[in-house]
Order: sequence, then structure tokens, then C-alpha cells
Amino acid sequence: MASIRDSLGNTPAGRQRFLWGATGSVCLGDLPSGTSLGGRAAELAGRSVLVATRDQFAAALALIELDGLAKRLIVCTPDLPPEHLPAVVAKAGVDAIVSDDDLVRSAAFHIPHFTFHIPTEWILLTSGTTGAPKMLVHSFASLTAPIGSMLAQGDDVVWGTFYDIRRYGGLQIFFRAVMGRGSFVLSGPGESIGDYLVRLGAHGATHVSGTPSHWRRALMSPEARALSPRYVRLSGEIADQAILNALRAFYPHASVGHAFASTEAGVGFEVNDGLEGFPASMVGAPGDVEITVVDGSLRLRSARIAARYVDGDSAALADEDGFVDTGDMVERRGDRYYFLGRRSGMINVGGLKVYPEEVEAAINRHPAVRMSMVRSKRSPITGSLVAADVVLKTESDPGEARPDFTREILQICHERLAPHKIPATIRFVPALEIAAAGKLARHA
Amino acid sequence: MSVKAAVISEIQQIASDNKRSLPPLTDDLVLLDSGLDSLAIAILVARLEEQLGFDPFSESDDVAYPVTLGDFIRFYDHAAQSHGVDSRQPG
Repeated sequence: MASIRDSLGNTPAGRQRFLWGATGSVCLGDLPSGTSLGGRAAELAGRSVLVATRDQFAAALALIELDGLAKRLIVCTPDLPPEHLPAVVAKAGVDAIVSDDDLVRSAAFHIPHFTFHIPTEWILLTSGTTGAPKMLVHSFASLTAPIGSMLAQGDDVVWGTFYDIRRYGGLQIFFRAVMGRGSFVLSGPGESIGDYLVRLGAHGATHVSGTPSHWRRALMSPEARALSPRYVRLSGEIADQAILNALRAFYPHASVGHAFASTEAGVGFEVNDGLEGFPASMVGAPGDVEITVVDGSLRLRSARIAARYVDGDSAALADEDGFVDTGDMVERRGDRYYFLGRRSGMINVGGLKVYPEEVEAAINRHPAVRMSMVRSKRSPITGSLVAADVVLKTESDPGEARPDFTREILQICHERLAPHKIPATIRFVPALEIAAAGKLARHA
Repeated sequence: MSVKAAVISEIQQIASDNKRSLPPLTDDLVLLDSGLDSLAIAILVARLEEQLGFDPFSESDDVAYPVTLGDFIRFYDHAAQSHGVDSRQPG
């Protein structure tokens, strides 16, 4: 199979397959004979096209239409800060942009059928240490390699995901839905989780994915009862035993599985035994994905990993043996491995990345702050939270000024940082440990 | 300060940090309808842990995620009793 469009004919006899967005819907079987691009799709042939839409429904239509037509598809995440857009455009050689002005409403134009297929490069964005996105080159083959077994799904499958399809985890669900035999319900921009749960229920969603944080939030919504899934999938963060147990208790008819995946390494593996972590027997076993643990970090080799970074000067993606170091630290206890967190110190707040340095930079703007260290604090709601240890310039009267300092530091953070990056707790400490290399001694 | 007063006071502080207005904090208020998103609720749990010294969510693998403010306060009250914290004493 060469492109997404080739799979749209997988419509079981007597059934229609749909793509439902928050504001519109299409019949998947109609897409090969129509266009959402206002009759201009042919102009995009062979180009490097940035898909930058507000609504992921519009993005879904454009991705389906342009795979196999465009030379490159650069999939813009919905929250990419505008200041990074020029660099993305330059690095990926973007020479056309699809945006969602009227993209959805003009879905009825007829254009000539494409008679050629080219292997489109997919460029996915994932946030990097400096806040500038890392840009990874995938292919249709690497993105769809993990879903072979899922295509044997039944005719009545309706997929949903709390993810945005412009992130790796959501894009995996998009491919499973569009290339399988079922339908797909997309969330809308700004749609509340409660409203999305109601729509998932109304369309009879059977297979639903999200991060552990998405699911905790769903279970705290009265609308969680609207949903009656057969398959619940968690990925993108460490799935702890509490959320696995809570989902099994709440949706007793669903199988609950968690997956390890990253934009760089692709889908590593799925764990369906209801337990956190993964069986130690998976390490070193032959299969589509080979797993090793070196110095405590999980490494993966498979046909699912990205080909490279778009600008070749980034650090090499895989080692000389073809393994990607995921940077996720694991620890063996008995016959199972358990996830500990990120080696880089990166903090995963509900599936969103935070690098300690960017938060420290904001805190250090406060005139009374000498230095600060940001660390991860475990959270039963979002997996992790940002916590800050702050050293003041003068060890003045501890009790008096500190409540004000906390407020003032938080105020600076509110002005400069996205909400998930703002420290949940601030602790004033007399000193911070400096390691031999002159850097803050960061401990996991 | 009672557990309930601590919860209410932290909710008000977090709403004020985020410049959000709160509906009346009644027992049947759905937490996620209170103007606090799940990030804010995570921060609430972290600050209550600092203040009260326990986090009932992390004490068991079998927790029922609270839907309403009443559920949430009962969850903390229950944990407070097992920690020997007097939850009845007013403000």
C-alpha cells in the first residue's frame, strides 16, 4: 500500500465509514473523488507542504489528500509558537502552506484523479530543549509499520483519541482508523473533555486512546459514563498501576493496554496484561521491535524509527547498530521493568514536555533570586509536575518576605511560560549542590 | 485549619493565580466544571500534600477519581483520619 488514499476503499459492504470532527464530518469513501483543497491540490504535487490548521479535522483531510502527492508533509502541531515557524519553514524547505481558511467548507470540489504516487516524506515536530521544535523525518512505511495487526479489526470499530493527530500518538490512531475498516471521531479545537466524551458516546466509539493524564481527567468527568469502549489505550506517559486499575474498574468490558512510543523511535511495544511496566522477557527477544536496556535507558530498533532529523546537523538519531536511545530510564524489579522517568531531566506534565532550564531561566529573572533548580515532582493527576528549589541572594528574614517572593516568581512565570511549565510548588533552600563540572547537580 | 477549609483555600488561591473566577464551591460542584483544569487539580493535590503532609491519591493503587468537590473533600477527610489529622476542627 503506497498511500493513505489507497486504503479509503476498505469499506465493508453495506456500511459507511466516517471521519467526524467537532464541526463537520465526511464519509471516508467519498474522499478519493473529492478534495478539501479548493481545487488547488494539483499545484501542491511534488511540493514540501506545511499543514498548519487550527482544526485537526481540516488537517486530517489535508493529510489524507496530500500523502502520495506532496514530496514532504510537514505536520504542524497546534501549539507551535509562531516565532519558531520561520525556522521550521526554512529547515524543511517548505514551499506551500495549507491552512484552514474555508478548507472544510470547500470540500465538494472535484479534481482530476491522481495517476501517480510518490513516497511522501512526513515531517513531525516534537519539542526540543530550547523550545525550538525538533523535526523528524518519517515515511508512510515507518509510520504505518506498527499497525499491521490492528487492521484485522472488526467492521464496527469507531476510533477516538484525546490526542491531537498532529502529534505522534494521535497520528498513530489516525492511521489505524483511516487505514482500517472503521470510523474516527476527532476532538475539536478547544473542545472540553466532557463534550468530546459525549460525542464519542453518541458515535459509539469503541477504541479510545489518550495519555494517562487524559484518562484521569476523563474519569473525573461525569460524562465518562457516556462512553462504553471495548479497547482503552494509554501512551505518551508512564501508565501507573492506579490508572490501569481505575480504568479496568470503570470500563469492565474494555481491554486496557498501554503502549510505549516516541516520535523518534516510533511505537516500541504494547503491554496488555493490565500491569504497569513491561515483562523483562521482552528485552532481547526477537521481533519487529528489538529492545535493549543500556545503562538503565531503554533502546529500540525497528522499521518504525524516524529516518533522521530534517537538518542533518542534529545529533544522530540512532547508534551505529541502529538502536534509538529513548532517554527513558527503566529499572528491573523481579521479572518486570518499570519506568523511572527521563534521563535528560525533562519533565512530562500530562504528556507535555518541560525542560527544567527554561523554567529556571524565568525564575532567575526575579531580582532577589540567586539561582534555582527545577525538578520533577510526581503527580497522581498529571504524572509529573514542575517543582522549584530557589536560593535567594540574601538570606534575610526567612518568614517575612517569602510569601511575596513566591507570588512574584509565579507572576513572572505566568507572563513567560505556558501553564504546564509554571512551578506547582516553590521551596526556598539555603543552597543548591553544584557538581564537579560546574553544573547544577540534578537528581532524578 | 480543617481539611475542608484547606481544600477551599487552596482552590481559591489557584484560581486567583490563574485569574479565573470560581462558581460557588458547593459539594455537588463537578471539579472540572469549577474553572480548574486537570493541571490546576494536580497543583491543588501537590500543595495540599505540602500543607497536610499526605496525598491520598498516591497511597493506593485502587483509587476512585473524585468527580465532585464533595467527593474530593471526603476523599481527603478519610485519608486525614487514617493519618491522625483532626479534620473536624473548624478553620
